[in-house]
Amino acid sequence: MSKKILFISRRSPYGLSYARDALDALLAASVYDQDIGILFMDDGVFQLLKQQDSSNIAQKNLAAILPALELYEIKKIYVQRESLEARRLGASDLVLDDLHIIDNEEVRQLLAQQDQLLSF
Amino acid sequence: MSTLHTVNKSPFSHTTLASCMAVCSTADAIVLLEDGVIGAMANSPCAEALDTLAEQGVKIYALLGDVQARGLTTRLSGRITPIDYPEFVQLSTSHQRVLSWY
Repeated sequence: MSKKILFISRRSPYGLSYARDALDALLAASVYDQDIGILFMDDGVFQLLKQQDSSNIAQKNLAAILPALELYEIKKIYVQRESLEARRLGASDLVLDDLHIIDNEEVRQLLAQQDQLLSF
Repeated sequence: MSTLHTVNKSPFSHTTLASCMAVCSTADAIVLLEDGVIGAMANSPCAEALDTLAEQGVKIYALLGDVQARGLTTRLSGRITPIDYPEFVQLSTSHQRVLSWY
Protein backbone atom coordinates (compact mmCIF):
# COMPACT_ATOMS: atom_id res chain seq x y z
CA MET A 1 0.00 0.00 0.00
CA SER A 2 1.36 3.37 -0.96
CA LYS A 3 2.05 5.84 1.85
CA LYS A 4 2.01 9.59 1.73
CA ILE A 5 5.48 10.73 2.75
CA LEU A 6 6.61 14.33 2.96
CA PHE A 7 10.29 15.26 3.14
CA ILE A 8 10.90 18.58 4.90
CA SER A 9 14.16 20.31 4.06
CA ARG A 10 14.96 23.27 6.30
CA ARG A 11 18.72 23.85 5.95
CA SER A 12 20.77 25.91 3.55
CA PRO A 13 22.98 23.99 1.12
CA TYR A 14 26.75 23.26 1.49
CA GLY A 15 27.44 24.25 5.13
CA LEU A 16 26.19 20.92 6.46
CA SER A 17 25.11 17.77 4.66
CA TYR A 18 21.38 17.98 5.58
CA ALA A 19 20.27 19.45 2.25
CA ARG A 20 22.19 16.85 0.24
CA ASP A 21 20.98 14.06 2.53
CA ALA A 22 17.36 15.10 2.04
CA LEU A 23 17.68 14.97 -1.75
CA ASP A 24 19.52 11.63 -1.65
CA ALA A 25 16.85 10.12 0.59
CA LEU A 26 14.09 11.62 -1.54
CA LEU A 27 15.49 10.18 -4.77
CA ALA A 28 16.02 6.80 -3.10
CA ALA A 29 12.47 6.79 -1.73
CA SER A 30 11.04 7.62 -5.15
CA VAL A 31 12.04 4.13 -6.34
CA TYR A 32 9.58 2.48 -3.95
CA ASP A 33 6.42 3.72 -5.61
CA GLN A 34 5.19 5.78 -2.66
CA ASP A 35 3.26 9.04 -2.75
CA ILE A 36 6.12 11.38 -1.91
CA GLY A 37 6.71 15.11 -1.89
CA ILE A 38 9.21 17.62 -0.56
CA LEU A 39 8.69 20.89 1.29
CA PHE A 40 11.43 23.51 1.38
CA MET A 41 11.16 25.90 4.33
CA ASP A 42 13.34 28.17 6.49
CA ASP A 43 16.90 28.32 5.07
CA GLY A 44 16.01 25.28 2.93
CA VAL A 45 14.65 27.70 0.32
CA PHE A 46 18.26 28.75 -0.42
CA GLN A 47 18.74 25.30 -2.00
CA LEU A 48 16.48 26.46 -4.82
CA LEU A 49 18.37 29.63 -5.73
CA LYS A 50 19.53 30.11 -9.30
CA GLN A 51 23.20 30.83 -10.08
CA GLN A 52 24.67 28.48 -7.48
CA ASP A 53 28.31 27.74 -8.34
CA SER A 54 30.01 25.42 -5.87
CA SER A 55 33.09 24.78 -8.05
CA ASN A 56 35.40 26.62 -5.63
CA ILE A 57 34.32 24.72 -2.52
CA ALA A 58 34.84 21.22 -3.95
CA GLN A 59 31.20 20.21 -3.60
CA LYS A 60 28.57 19.17 -6.12
CA ASN A 61 26.21 21.91 -7.26
CA LEU A 62 23.04 21.08 -5.40
CA ALA A 63 20.80 23.09 -7.69
CA ALA A 64 22.01 20.97 -10.61
CA ILE A 65 20.43 17.91 -8.98
CA LEU A 66 17.00 19.51 -8.65
CA PRO A 67 15.89 19.14 -12.29
CA ALA A 68 16.38 15.37 -11.76
CA LEU A 69 13.35 15.36 -9.47
CA GLU A 70 11.14 15.54 -12.54
CA LEU A 71 12.90 12.52 -14.09
CA TYR A 72 12.15 10.61 -10.90
CA GLU A 73 8.52 11.69 -11.25
CA ILE A 74 8.60 13.71 -8.05
CA LYS A 75 6.03 16.37 -8.82
CA LYS A 76 4.94 17.47 -5.37
CA ILE A 77 7.51 20.15 -4.67
CA TYR A 78 6.42 22.78 -2.17
CA VAL A 79 8.06 25.98 -0.93
CA GLN A 80 6.88 27.88 2.13
CA ARG A 81 5.87 31.39 1.07
CA GLU A 82 6.76 32.98 4.43
CA SER A 83 10.32 31.62 4.23
CA LEU A 84 10.76 33.13 0.74
CA GLU A 85 9.33 36.48 1.81
CA ALA A 86 11.49 36.69 4.93
CA ARG A 87 14.55 36.29 2.67
CA ARG A 88 13.23 38.70 0.00
CA LEU A 89 13.09 35.88 -2.57
CA GLY A 90 10.44 35.20 -5.20
CA ALA A 91 9.48 32.51 -7.70
CA SER A 92 11.72 34.09 -10.38
CA ASP A 93 14.80 33.53 -8.16
CA LEU A 94 14.26 29.76 -8.04
CA VAL A 95 15.63 27.03 -10.33
CA LEU A 96 12.44 25.01 -10.73
CA ASP A 97 9.29 26.23 -12.46
CA ASP A 98 6.83 23.58 -11.31
CA LEU A 99 6.87 24.56 -7.66
CA HIS A 100 3.90 25.00 -5.39
CA ILE A 101 4.49 28.08 -3.25
CA ILE A 102 2.24 27.64 -0.22
CA ASP A 103 1.56 29.68 2.90
CA ASN A 104 1.55 28.54 6.54
CA GLU A 105 -2.11 27.55 6.49
CA GLU A 106 -1.54 25.38 3.40
CA VAL A 107 1.56 23.86 5.03
CA ARG A 108 -0.61 23.01 8.05
CA GLN A 109 -3.09 21.20 5.78
CA LEU A 110 -0.28 19.49 3.85
CA LEU A 111 1.28 18.10 7.05
CA ALA A 112 -2.10 16.82 8.24
CA GLN A 113 -2.52 14.77 5.04
CA GLN A 114 0.71 12.78 5.44
CA ASP A 115 1.37 9.30 6.78
CA GLN A 116 5.04 10.02 7.46
CA LEU A 117 7.08 13.19 7.87
CA LEU A 118 10.86 13.13 7.42
CA SER A 119 12.76 16.27 8.41
CA PHE A 120 16.24 17.24 7.30
CA MET B 1 -5.18 13.16 12.32
CA SER B 2 -2.93 15.14 14.58
CA THR B 3 0.82 15.56 14.59
CA LEU B 4 3.23 15.32 17.51
CA HIS B 5 6.01 17.90 17.09
CA THR B 6 9.29 17.53 18.94
CA VAL B 7 11.65 20.50 19.35
CA ASN B 8 15.19 20.14 20.74
CA LYS B 9 16.67 23.62 20.28
CA SER B 10 16.61 26.63 22.61
CA PRO B 11 14.57 29.58 21.32
CA PHE B 12 17.35 31.88 22.58
CA SER B 13 19.73 30.59 19.91
CA HIS B 14 17.55 29.03 17.18
CA THR B 15 14.32 29.75 15.31
CA THR B 16 13.38 26.05 15.37
CA LEU B 17 10.52 26.47 17.84
CA ALA B 18 9.16 29.48 15.93
CA SER B 19 9.21 27.47 12.68
CA CYS B 20 7.32 24.66 14.38
CA MET B 21 4.72 26.99 15.88
CA ALA B 22 4.11 28.69 12.52
CA VAL B 23 2.72 25.49 10.99
CA CYS B 24 1.31 23.77 14.07
CA SER B 25 -2.41 22.84 13.96
CA THR B 26 -4.74 23.30 16.93
CA ALA B 27 -5.20 19.52 17.33
CA ASP B 28 -1.42 18.97 17.50
CA ALA B 29 0.92 18.64 20.47
CA ILE B 30 4.47 19.91 20.99
CA VAL B 31 7.06 18.10 23.11
CA LEU B 32 10.04 20.21 24.17
CA LEU B 33 13.10 18.06 24.83
CA GLU B 34 16.88 18.39 25.26
CA ASP B 35 17.72 22.14 24.93
CA GLY B 36 14.16 22.60 23.65
CA VAL B 37 13.00 22.65 27.29
CA ILE B 38 14.52 26.13 27.60
CA GLY B 39 11.52 27.20 25.50
CA ALA B 40 9.29 25.97 28.35
CA MET B 41 10.51 28.75 30.66
CA ALA B 42 7.91 31.36 31.57
CA ASN B 43 10.09 34.16 30.15
CA SER B 44 11.49 32.47 27.03
CA PRO B 45 11.45 34.36 23.69
CA CYS B 46 8.53 32.22 22.46
CA ALA B 47 6.54 32.21 25.71
CA GLU B 48 3.73 34.49 24.51
CA ALA B 49 3.33 32.66 21.21
CA LEU B 50 3.28 29.33 23.07
CA ASP B 51 0.59 30.71 25.41
CA THR B 52 -1.51 31.70 22.39
CA LEU B 53 -1.16 28.23 20.86
CA ALA B 54 -2.08 26.62 24.19
CA GLU B 55 -5.22 28.78 24.37
CA GLN B 56 -6.12 27.55 20.88
CA GLY B 57 -5.91 23.95 22.08
CA VAL B 58 -2.35 22.89 21.28
CA LYS B 59 -0.97 20.71 24.08
CA ILE B 60 2.56 21.65 25.11
CA TYR B 61 4.80 19.27 27.04
CA ALA B 62 8.36 19.32 28.32
CA LEU B 63 10.44 16.22 29.03
CA LEU B 64 10.92 16.33 32.79
CA GLY B 65 14.36 14.71 32.87
CA ASP B 66 15.72 17.41 30.59
CA VAL B 67 13.97 20.14 32.63
CA GLN B 68 15.40 18.84 35.92
CA ALA B 69 18.87 18.40 34.46
CA ARG B 70 18.93 22.07 33.54
CA GLY B 71 17.54 23.28 36.89
CA LEU B 72 14.41 24.71 35.28
CA THR B 73 11.73 22.84 37.26
CA THR B 74 10.44 25.92 39.12
CA ARG B 75 10.80 28.21 36.10
CA LEU B 76 8.33 26.51 33.76
CA SER B 77 5.41 28.39 32.27
CA GLY B 78 2.06 27.33 33.70
CA ARG B 79 1.00 26.27 30.19
CA ILE B 80 3.58 23.49 30.08
CA THR B 81 2.85 19.93 31.18
CA PRO B 82 5.96 18.06 32.33
CA ILE B 83 6.09 14.44 31.09
CA ASP B 84 8.35 11.43 31.68
CA TYR B 85 9.61 8.98 29.05
CA PRO B 86 6.65 6.51 29.26
CA GLU B 87 4.26 9.44 28.70
CA PHE B 88 6.39 10.58 25.75
CA VAL B 89 6.08 7.09 24.24
CA GLN B 90 2.31 7.17 24.76
CA LEU B 91 2.06 10.54 23.01
CA SER B 92 4.13 9.19 20.10
CA THR B 93 1.68 6.33 19.60
CA SER B 94 -1.49 8.36 20.14
CA HIS B 95 -0.65 10.80 17.33
CA GLN B 96 -0.92 10.03 13.63
CA ARG B 97 2.63 11.16 12.88
CA VAL B 98 5.70 12.63 14.56
CA LEU B 99 7.64 15.58 13.18
CA SER B 100 11.10 16.23 14.58
CA TRP B 101 12.26 19.86 14.55
CA TYR B 102 16.01 19.88 15.15
